[in-house]
Amino acid sequence: MSMSALVLVLLALSAAAYFLGRQRSLALAGRAGGLRNLHSLPTYYGFYTALWCGLPALAVLGVWGMFQSTIVTELLVQDLPAELRELPPDRLGLVINDIRNLVTGSAVSHEVTPQIQAAAEHLRELRSTAYAALTVIVLALGIGGGTIAWRQVSPRLRARNRVEAIVVALLVVCSVIAIFTTVGIVLSVLFEAIRFFKLVSITDFLFGLEWSPQMALRPDQAGSSGAFGAVPLFAGTALISGIAMLIAVPIGLMSAVYLSEYASRGFRATAKPLLEILAGIPTVVYGFFAALTVAPFVRDSGALLGLDVASESALAAGLVMGIMIIPFVSSLSDDVINAVPQSMRDAAYALGATQSETVRQVILPAALPGIVGSILLAVSRAIGETMIVVMAAGLSAKLTANPLDSVTTVTVQIVTLLVGDQEFDSPKTLAAFALGLVLFIVTLGLNVLALHVVRKYREQYE
Amino acid sequence: MSEPADSPDTDRRRRTIDVVNASLARRYASERRFRLLGRLAVLLGLAFVAVLFLSIVANGYSGFQQTYIRLQIAFDPAILDPDGKRDPAAIRGADYGALVKQALRAEFPAVSGRSELRELYRLASAGAEYRLMDLVAHQPSLIGTSKELWLLASDEVDLVRKGQIDRSLPESERPVNDRVIGWLDALEQRGAVDTRFNWSFFTNGDSREPELAGIGGAIAGSFYTLLVCLALSFPIGVAAAVYLEEFAAKSRWTDLIEVNINNLAAVPSIVFGLLGLAVLINFLGLPRSAPVVGGLVLTLMTLPTIIIAGRAALKSVPPSIREAALGVGASRMQTVFHHVLPLAMPGMLTGTIIGMARALGESAPLLMIGMVAFIVDVPKGPFEPSTVLPVQIYLWADSPERAFVAKTAAATIVLLGFLITMNALAVFLRKRFERRW
Repeated sequence: MSMSALVLVLLALSAAAYFLGRQRSLALAGRAGGLRNLHSLPTYYGFYTALWCGLPALAVLGVWGMFQSTIVTELLVQDLPAELRELPPDRLGLVINDIRNLVTGSAVSHEVTPQIQAAAEHLRELRSTAYAALTVIVLALGIGGGTIAWRQVSPRLRARNRVEAIVVALLVVCSVIAIFTTVGIVLSVLFEAIRFFKLVSITDFLFGLEWSPQMALRPDQAGSSGAFGAVPLFAGTALISGIAMLIAVPIGLMSAVYLSEYASRGFRATAKPLLEILAGIPTVVYGFFAALTVAPFVRDSGALLGLDVASESALAAGLVMGIMIIPFVSSLSDDVINAVPQSMRDAAYALGATQSETVRQVILPAALPGIVGSILLAVSRAIGETMIVVMAAGLSAKLTANPLDSVTTVTVQIVTLLVGDQEFDSPKTLAAFALGLVLFIVTLGLNVLALHVVRKYREQYE
Repeated sequence: MSEPADSPDTDRRRRTIDVVNASLARRYASERRFRLLGRLAVLLGLAFVAVLFLSIVANGYSGFQQTYIRLQIAFDPAILDPDGKRDPAAIRGADYGALVKQALRAEFPAVSGRSELRELYRLASAGAEYRLMDLVAHQPSLIGTSKELWLLASDEVDLVRKGQIDRSLPESERPVNDRVIGWLDALEQRGAVDTRFNWSFFTNGDSREPELAGIGGAIAGSFYTLLVCLALSFPIGVAAAVYLEEFAAKSRWTDLIEVNINNLAAVPSIVFGLLGLAVLINFLGLPRSAPVVGGLVLTLMTLPTIIIAGRAALKSVPPSIREAALGVGASRMQTVFHHVLPLAMPGMLTGTIIGMARALGESAPLLMIGMVAFIVDVPKGPFEPSTVLPVQIYLWADSPERAFVAKTAAATIVLLGFLITMNALAVFLRKRFERRW
């Protein structure tokens, strides 16, 4: 918690700097003949001093915090006795972990040798040195920056412009975070996926028909077993998403049509928010609902009809996912249908069309691009959905089109491969990132396509 | 216009009318069908909402209650404090299970035989021992006395009592045999069984024993996670929205940011989990399972929502406000921060609350960063390992024990309760502060 103490001290320093800067500007103004002779309001001089006191020091603190543990570990490894230093990387990692635990006083996995004891002592020393250095640097920066800014305060200093420039820079940084997130996603997923494709060829992965990642636990089999063919996962994802769309598109579309064209105002005002409740329910609740109510129901109904239904059937998962997606389809289609100009409806009625003929032959064709866009968005939602399938779909990667059978999906496999697994070099964990890359690319493609279609359509009527 | 004289034209018109008239019945029928289909679709959607809530509530209401049995506990000094020194450590380490067993044997003196006794002992929960330990530790003077206490019953007793284990099934198909049910009925006749509201469900951490498991730890974890998420995503989201809407000139660069934000809003949540695992945990070395990491991941996930809502709120502030402020000499920064932002704040808060509600219900990315660990302790800060409410639901839903079904549904009810409250707050804010210009 020493870092947070330092941050608090810095904040206090900045607050002090604010008052000092403001004070000084007021004093100078008094000497120069009144407030009107200041370029900016006194608070801006205060902010100027405070920002100079706080920002550079905080920046250093942030960068230091990011790299301290890496550098300290590096230094520690260099000073380790030779026989420890030359251990293979994973064993070395364990030793370092032990040393760290010894310092914090938590449980240690191996017996404590004098060497490790000494190393722990060394680590403690390194850490306290680092912290002392950090404290000195940060405080010096804070006080130094504040003093310099304080001395700069003069009636002619354009404090407001400078403060505003800094604030704009901060705003830019905040809005660029979105780009950094995307870059971070692409890089992290891509980097691990490339490591995976060094072990398993990309064609085997994309076109292989067999998926059994557990086999790769034995190192001599890894990569050469050919058990990383993702086609069954893609097929399972497509099957479950397909079932979901079969449920969601007709119900969503028809309720959008009914609510926007037929329903009375009162009915619309109650039914629409009630339907949108479905969009706000967490997916884990849907998953629980699927496992608790829907899957047994599907199995029992199948048994009544004499069908053999797997207990984790694709049908149950798809059904519940369809329910989840109804509000997406309906609210997006609703927007699109409402955007069709009234004049087109009036023209159809004037020609003697009934309401349903108007909907089917005028409104839906006119709204078709938008509806297609909303369906694409819904598909991308279905493909990326995780919790429902984790809880209601199976784990066995079967290549089947039978909705009563149990299939697995891309997201289910990502979760099962990564949950509770610490080892980071096996193809098993890396495969999850390769699957993540595929998922990211496919959903991104669908979104870009959908947004493009929707935008193009909107321009048509605006 | 005069009546046309030539007959072929009149003929044709009559024929058109006839064709139309003849088809009307069919067309009206199809109109009715279409309307019926629409109504059916809406009703089906509403029925799904109803079934979902009903099935959760029907399974979950019993999870808020727990069965207790009344036992006459003798605080036997021979067991609790054999050397009579009243040493707190020794008292703490005593065998409290023996007290419960003694009391159960006293309640049913006729029971004998190893396996039967073992079944008898299973009437009381392991929680009963902890309760006794706490009692004696706080009040050592109890030793040597005898007291009637309501103690937690085991999950099996609880299930039988709530009727969730069907007594009419043949004995071999039930998890509880006839003997145990007989004892339970005997206790019930003596008035020694009671079902009470389960307060400890809200304060306990997770446990392998369903009757002891609670959502206290998960709620604390969710709280810290959301706190981190809110502390980061609200300022950053507002700042980004302000920049993009009020300051940025339209350029290729801002277009790129905009497209980026829109696409991020639609990236599957599990991909954010992969990002968190690869960057935050493996690269930056932040602790696994900690609410800080969860909060960071959820921040990245909710930022697009907050930014989009924030921009819409800023857009709805009329330009006249800005022009008036600029007209009396405010700088652009002063215009935005003194006039536009306060007016846009309710809309931004609404967007933030909706984003937070989504973050509260999110579980997939948190599975990736290790918040699925079995954690008994209630976390006391954002750096301690913990789990969150939706992940707790996932964990319990996976548990094979029958008694966890009610607990899972009860936790779901609590989660939905939080979400409904947050969304209602958002709607209230919107209604209360919405201004039409």
